[in-house]
Amino acid sequence: MPKRDDINSVLVIGSGPIVIGQACEFDYSGTQACRVLREEGVRVILVNSNPATIMTDPDFADATYIEPITAEILETIIAKERPDAILPTLGGQTALNAAIQLHERGILEKYNVELIGASFDAINKGEDRMIFKQLVLDAGADVARSFIARTVEEAVGYADDLGYPLVVRPSFTMGGLGSGFAYTEVELRRIVTDGLHHSPTTEVLLEESILGWKEYELEMMRDTADNTVVVCSIENVDPVGVHTGDSITVAPALTLTDREYQHLRDISIDIIRAVGVDTGGCNIQFAINPADGRVIVIEMNPRVSRSSALASKATGFPIAKIAAKLSLGYRLDEIPNDITGVTPASFEPTLDYVVVKVPRFAFEKFPAADPRLTTTMKSVGEAMAIGRSFASALQKALRSLEKRGSSFHWGEETRTVAELLASAEIPTDGRIVTVQQALRRGATIDQVFEATKIDPWFIDQIVLINEIADQVAAADRLDRDVMILAKDHGFSDAQIGQLRGFGEADVRTVRHILGVRPVFKTVDTCAGEFPALTPYHYSSYDDETEVVASDRRKVVILGSGPNRIGQGVEFDYSCVHASFALSEAGYETIMINCNPETVSTDYDTSDRLYFEPLTLEDVLEVIHAESQSGELVGVVVQLGGQTALSLARGLEAAGIPILGTTPDAIDLAEERGLFSKILDDAGLLAPRNGTAIDFGGAVVVAEEIGYPVLVRPSYVLGGRGMEIVYDSLSLADYFKRMAGQGIIGAGHPLLVDRFLDDAIEIDVDAIYDGHELYIGGVMEHIEEAGIHSGDSSCTLPPVTLGRAEIDRVREATLGIARGIGVKGLLNVQFAIGAGVLYVLEANPRASRTVPFVAKALGITLAKAAALIMVGTTIAELKADGKLPLIDGSRVPIEAPVAVKEAVLPFNRFRTPEGLVVDSILGPEMRSTGEVMGIDRDFPRAFAKSQLAAYGGIPLSGTVFVSVSDRDKRAIILPMLRLQQLGYEIAATIGTAEVLHRNGIRARIVTKFSEKANDDDVSIVELIRREEIHIVINTPGGSTARADGYEIRAAAVAGDLPLFTTIAELSAAVASIDSIRDGFEVTSLQEYATARTALL
Amino acid sequence: MPDSTAPDQAEPDQAVASAVVKTTFSVTDKPGPAVLVLEDGRRFVGRSYGSTGQTLGEIVFATGMTGYQETLTDPSYAGQIVLMTAPHVGNTGMNDDDMESSQIWVAGFIVREPARMASNFRATRTLDDDLKAQGVVGISGIDTRAITRHIRSAGAMKSGIFSGDEFELSDSEQLERVLGGVGMRGRNLSLEVSTVEPFSVPAQGERIGSVAVLDLGVKTSTLTYLAERGFEVLVLPQSVTAEHVLSLKPSALFFSNGPGDPAASDAHVDLLQEVLRAGIPYFGICFGNQLLGRALGFRTYKLPFGHRGINQPVLDKTTGRVEITSQNHGFAVDMPIEGVHESRTGFGRVEVSHYSLNDQVVEGIRCLDINAFSVQYHPEAASGPHDANHLFDRFRDVVLASQGAVAGETK
Repeated sequence: MPKRDDINSVLVIGSGPIVIGQACEFDYSGTQACRVLREEGVRVILVNSNPATIMTDPDFADATYIEPITAEILETIIAKERPDAILPTLGGQTALNAAIQLHERGILEKYNVELIGASFDAINKGEDRMIFKQLVLDAGADVARSFIARTVEEAVGYADDLGYPLVVRPSFTMGGLGSGFAYTEVELRRIVTDGLHHSPTTEVLLEESILGWKEYELEMMRDTADNTVVVCSIENVDPVGVHTGDSITVAPALTLTDREYQHLRDISIDIIRAVGVDTGGCNIQFAINPADGRVIVIEMNPRVSRSSALASKATGFPIAKIAAKLSLGYRLDEIPNDITGVTPASFEPTLDYVVVKVPRFAFEKFPAADPRLTTTMKSVGEAMAIGRSFASALQKALRSLEKRGSSFHWGEETRTVAELLASAEIPTDGRIVTVQQALRRGATIDQVFEATKIDPWFIDQIVLINEIADQVAAADRLDRDVMILAKDHGFSDAQIGQLRGFGEADVRTVRHILGVRPVFKTVDTCAGEFPALTPYHYSSYDDETEVVASDRRKVVILGSGPNRIGQGVEFDYSCVHASFALSEAGYETIMINCNPETVSTDYDTSDRLYFEPLTLEDVLEVIHAESQSGELVGVVVQLGGQTALSLARGLEAAGIPILGTTPDAIDLAEERGLFSKILDDAGLLAPRNGTAIDFGGAVVVAEEIGYPVLVRPSYVLGGRGMEIVYDSLSLADYFKRMAGQGIIGAGHPLLVDRFLDDAIEIDVDAIYDGHELYIGGVMEHIEEAGIHSGDSSCTLPPVTLGRAEIDRVREATLGIARGIGVKGLLNVQFAIGAGVLYVLEANPRASRTVPFVAKALGITLAKAAALIMVGTTIAELKADGKLPLIDGSRVPIEAPVAVKEAVLPFNRFRTPEGLVVDSILGPEMRSTGEVMGIDRDFPRAFAKSQLAAYGGIPLSGTVFVSVSDRDKRAIILPMLRLQQLGYEIAATIGTAEVLHRNGIRARIVTKFSEKANDDDVSIVELIRREEIHIVINTPGGSTARADGYEIRAAAVAGDLPLFTTIAELSAAVASIDSIRDGFEVTSLQEYATARTALL
Repeated sequence: MPDSTAPDQAEPDQAVASAVVKTTFSVTDKPGPAVLVLEDGRRFVGRSYGSTGQTLGEIVFATGMTGYQETLTDPSYAGQIVLMTAPHVGNTGMNDDDMESSQIWVAGFIVREPARMASNFRATRTLDDDLKAQGVVGISGIDTRAITRHIRSAGAMKSGIFSGDEFELSDSEQLERVLGGVGMRGRNLSLEVSTVEPFSVPAQGERIGSVAVLDLGVKTSTLTYLAERGFEVLVLPQSVTAEHVLSLKPSALFFSNGPGDPAASDAHVDLLQEVLRAGIPYFGICFGNQLLGRALGFRTYKLPFGHRGINQPVLDKTTGRVEITSQNHGFAVDMPIEGVHESRTGFGRVEVSHYSLNDQVVEGIRCLDINAFSVQYHPEAASGPHDANHLFDRFRDVVLASQGAVAGETK
């Protein structure tokens, strides 16, 4: 059937903020969908609360709503826009859940809107475990066997049938409370007793354990004519027990016979048919018992998923794009395969390479968290690599992680085989390296298999890598054969250097003298059977290169690598925008990146795409290949975060032109001494500071500049190890905790800054062309200074700064831009304390807030910066209409206010005892994503941001408050207002006293630590009993800290709104009235029209 | 699954005793050099794989990512040096269940990364073991993608692999040997792959009749699927005469897949025409499709580089549905894909029932006036997807219907 003619407008629902398990892969899929729908002449209405995304760029939809994804807001949008259909399958679980709500509340029916991509029925069949289980059995496939037990004896009886170990899951408890593995009858009795106690229905589910089974996923697509294809098979190297998002995975599946693979394919087709997905995609997960081949269906997602993004990048088959077309009624055979141009999409890609994905974790941000990998996903990003063998793809993927220790190494290993095997038995970040070390120390494949259940074939590949390393180390000379052998197995120049005892640069020199360089192959969906039109390349040490000569002027853009806390989709936004702007300006754009979740690694974002690790070696080789033809204008390094920036020096040393701000200038901003001089010259102040390499020195510095001080190691990212220290005792404690991490010492001094208590923090994004400064936005933080800018909420325009203050900020930014010699983007952080403006830091690169500025004010800094880097001036950009005539330092009074709020992942991380990790904010960034609320004033915008980030504030109920002495004055007004608004108030004794004397009635609640006897009900228990609806808790001195932690942990576990700063509380209280009024919605395009009218 | 997740009080001895199934097999040899030589003089030096020595044949590439065992034992590959585009081959070893015939048929084997270890619960040996035992000369460690792209643009060609002593021969001597080898055009290979003695496979379940299978290189799974549909399967050597076939009074005739140029198989075409004239229903796969085309009076031709993979989209014109099919053919029937055409040999109207969505090559023929149809691809799909397995049902239905019609007439 060709395209349906009854769908003229479609509402696309995005996935909201980046959280663990739902990241920027949905920006990629949503962006593709929006593009396709518009190409098909459909009016696209988009809703997504995440301003950092590329899809929310107003160019990608006809009406873009950066609004909370709730049923109420969606109804408002539907009533206003009256779309013909809603496409909910490209926005992750968030969009799917929203669609279910719209259906259940009758909103779809009321406005006569159709769900496309997947029907409600199909969504329900895929999501409802019982229905799905039956459907799997009907398809002749199998699910894990399970029984419900109501007594311990019953459970023991079932266990005889299921065998040990088995899984115990109490019914109806939150977040896996009380569940666990029982390996013996003794353990089973203990866990079941506990579980029956926790379960409100006194039931536990006993399930057959499939721990250690092989795990696979199939990505499927199906159209209205029942044409079904498998786009990709993915095999998890880490067997069942580790979430697939946390597993090392490989595509295609490498350890299945055709018979086994076709069996999975047959089951998948039966399931997708039975579920009824007929205009889109789904993925199905399987477990296979390695001993006898028994297959169990784990689950299916009737939508585009994280794995679909991976499958798209792995095969070149654009799943999201095709899914969008199918939703409009096209059949697979009516859609051409972009890559070949001549064959249809109704085929199954075949790969002549191997793709490996490795997860990137952030456990260092949550030191209290249990590092064991489980079925709850914990990774924050991933890197993918393509190679002509598993060994080379794995090694490339590991070095793409850009994390010390993530690659295989042949340095000192002091642990014994037994220790290494014991360590490998528990899945953790970096287990693969432990396996490599164990094998290196002499562990056998059988031993490693027993410990890890990783398929022996994969283990043998690591043995192979170790064998090659031995050959490289033992060779008489590093000759051409040895070099090729090492490179063909994915060894980096650095690894070869380690094996031969010399430096990476020397290896590279030798390698180039020997004429050993990679060639670049093409991802073409068809293993070379048909010519490919799309230049989507990866390196290999083979004979023939497929890079086509071009006589154009080329710009290479370095992406930002795997997502991590502090470096995520925001940087991809800037890279993609630069690519668009430079392409429009006539340059051939060449993107290098290794993150499969991104838009930048879509094969049609740039003229050429190299899916390669962002290391100096790999980038230099791409540049070398591209330098064989045309003119290399230069490399853009300032948009890809620290990843790209850190390569600038090396590229420059290799004679590669760096576009924009020079590496020397970058150093001026990074190096404290040089930067101080720039500030002095510009007449600017930094907080008093000093450096120290040990505790003694630090105390001297701290006492001289006065407590509190902000301490941080030098050369770290995302505020790693950054803390506010109030006295010498805490400073000693800090040194104790940092000891042994090797991050403070000679050459890596500790930076000690005077901490500005109660100061207002300000973030500025600007561009400078050498003559003129253009402010993108001046953002005022809602939390006081001391909380990492990435974790704090902020407003644009600032809501409490006066014109004079903004002018001072502008002047200071100009001084810094000039002093550094910026050409392109600049981000400066300021603090205003007691009326004095301090410069906290300056970064001559794209910041996380660049896309927020673009969405809030319509100023597209990344595009402008890219053009400035190739020589355009700000004056020219303004004249061309590429920048508004008036910059972001002056915002008209009628303009809307935008609030950015951070989203934090605390509920993902548990301590080894199963408790939630502490959730107070600090100078170390821990948020994974952000949302934006935009409305006509701050209270409304703030309310929307809270709604989008956390589901909003309850409009009635009990507020619990317990604050440090420092904050007791500040809470009086907000609490008074809450009482007037009708909330009940509960407080700990100290806080209650203050409230009481100020005329606020508060119920007194016992602190957790003060619980005298079992009859006392502590605050933690009240939260568990759901008698508390909002929690206000600010961290105090060290004695109250433990109590505070218990309170915050309970609040996070109970999913309650939690305020840990007075600033956020005050903003929230101010917003309650506007919530009661209900929200209006305005699209970015409408704001833009209004803005133009104002000018 | 060995019981290793139990608490660590398990004694080492017990752990050994619990390892019941051997699922892994390792390759230990260190291979010497080998070279692949193409008829246009291009040379690719790599490592020897499987047996050492010399082999000559037409080089073709196969794009399946799974199913090397089925491919190697598929008689249709006789005389060909097969290049696997998937880099890792041999990972799951070899087993006794997935053989498509009793031996490996390829003339030579080219892979980039041969497995050092076989790991699968059904594996009984490594692929390397079988290649060596059956004397299959192969090569590994070469740029298989570059060769694939070369064949794609230059077409299938004669080639040779040289290792061991033959590796030491001069370049010109090796090239001369390659050029002296035989190409696929005009070549009849049926004799080499066909059974010498007839044999039969009993019907499974209720017997609906018998099918005479002309073995031109038939695969085990085809015979299994026919038997599963209730046919008693009578497998006949390719040299059998029409008279003999008719004397068996089969309910239906089936021509299998097989190697070689259909234009060189006149005897089989004659046989088919004679049996069709006797009104016996016919189903053909692959070579059997090309021979039906010829029997109906159409020409066959050689494709530039053939279709060899398990991901090939085929449109079934009747249902409008796309089937992802397993294919292995270097020749095709020359016939317009649209419209109804008159058989030039007097079998009435005929149409193309299936065609390739990649390049519009004929993938299936259906006669409208006699009970005969065939497909160019592999519904038995070993290796490959099972999307087209229903064709065996269709064959069964056709045979049952014709029996019903015959029964009706006699009444």
